[in-house]
Amino acid sequence: MKREKWTWQGYERQNGIPGIRNHVLVIYTVKCSEFVAQKIVEQSGSRDVEMIGFDGCTDNQYAVDMLISLIRHPNTGAVLAVGLGCEYIQPEWLAQIAEKEGKPARWMFVQEMGGTRLSIRQGVAWVKEMLEELKATPRVSMGLSDLIIGAECGGSDYTSGLAGNVAVGRFFDCLVDAGGTAIFEEIVEAVGLDWLLKDRAVNDKAARDLQVTYDKALEYCKSVRQYSVSPGNFAGGLSTIEEKSMGAVIKSGSRPIQGVLKVAGSPKHKGLWLLDSTPDPYWMQFGITNPNDNEGLMDLASCGAHMVFLVTGRGNVVGSAVAPCVKITGNHETYQRMEEDMDFDASPILRGEVSQEELTLRLVEYVAAIASGELTKSESLGHREFYIPYKYQEKEVVTRRTCEKNVWTE
Amino acid sequence: MENHKIAFQIHQRDNVATVLEKAGQGETIDLTGDGKEKKITAVTEIPTGHKIALGDIASGENIIKYGVVIGRATADIPKGSWVHLHVMQSIYDQRSSHLDIQTGAPKDTRYE
Repeated sequence: MKREKWTWQGYERQNGIPGIRNHVLVIYTVKCSEFVAQKIVEQSGSRDVEMIGFDGCTDNQYAVDMLISLIRHPNTGAVLAVGLGCEYIQPEWLAQIAEKEGKPARWMFVQEMGGTRLSIRQGVAWVKEMLEELKATPRVSMGLSDLIIGAECGGSDYTSGLAGNVAVGRFFDCLVDAGGTAIFEEIVEAVGLDWLLKDRAVNDKAARDLQVTYDKALEYCKSVRQYSVSPGNFAGGLSTIEEKSMGAVIKSGSRPIQGVLKVAGSPKHKGLWLLDSTPDPYWMQFGITNPNDNEGLMDLASCGAHMVFLVTGRGNVVGSAVAPCVKITGNHETYQRMEEDMDFDASPILRGEVSQEELTLRLVEYVAAIASGELTKSESLGHREFYIPYKYQEKEVVTRRTCEKNVWTE
Repeated sequence: MENHKIAFQIHQRDNVATVLEKAGQGETIDLTGDGKEKKITAVTEIPTGHKIALGDIASGENIIKYGVVIGRATADIPKGSWVHLHVMQSIYDQRSSHLDIQTGAPKDTRYE
């Protein structure tokens, strides 16, 4: 493949990881300040302004870590944090983190500003100032080796395991071979395949972390009495849990697995990583693993993914804040019916119209175009969904917390 | 050119392919994907989304899809025949051996 044409101009960042977007991120720190934040985004009148936030008044380390990871995200150029004034999460501290990253930042309390109207007026003015400042962001040449890409699937049908996820797997092999970074998730859908994941571990630590993460996910499945396989799957032609699991795991491709990332963690080096989004055991119980597809995309973005893939056989319209979402389907009917929302049709492979190599090449070219600034379908339509829940996770893969033996290692 | 049904082979090592549209007994099926052979004849009926054996598979042999083992043959499976719960089982999960082969419904839970 000709790699030299897959280069584009990215945005230089202080931490050395360039971005493919240069957005102003408006962050509300409690549900009570969401409306003001939303209006600031709308009235700024720029596609380069977007919003995330956390609804709870009581803070949560997991949620704060996610907010911080999205401030440090390479696609984020500047930050405006909007608080009400009496919540736990501190907008000033979020703004300080942005400034330490060399990113312009402002913050406010709506109570101090004098209410809705005055806060929106000040916020819009600040956002416009920062958009001007961002015009001076130095550009830097980027290629596949600089990219971090995440993938998950949702709304799967029989084509997901045959075409959509297979196309992503081949793409990830290509990305990793080119020196880039790939992240896959959904360990709860890998039931029966721990041996396969461990065989692909790059070293003993990665193998141990994969096993621990797998065991935890399985324990989670047991505790909620739900494996990701149902009578309908068997009626549809899947014969074993291994077969169904492989349809999901194939999107990881075939390259060695470097280790396990936790939500809001950064890959320590390039290559292929598993993201563990399953809650860790805690006295508050497990919590829900992936409440919806958008949450999975946000998890991938929180690990620094420049771009996120959503493989969907049945079709989905959801997008993602911070990291552009590329929707891939292996179902030609879905693609035709929802072409305004679907980015990539992987179905020609099923009809024998293209080789796997040609299809991979098409996806690489699409990714390079998006990285160079072309908008994904969901970006064009204005989709900027985000979802940051209360959850509990350790910072690293741990076998067991000392204070609570027997939770899931009995 | 005849409009054959299609079966898709994911990995060159696979000994099964997935039929994209229900095929009748005796029907010729075009093979797409990573395999060497281009056609196969269905010797049994094969439902949409189900697997067809790409060669003779002996009882006890591995069933391979995605280039990995997805289960084990519990009977001799002739080339071109339907591969499902009646002739294979999970190595990992015992319960799937107790499901109805047409509907996938559990037969090991009592409804009394």
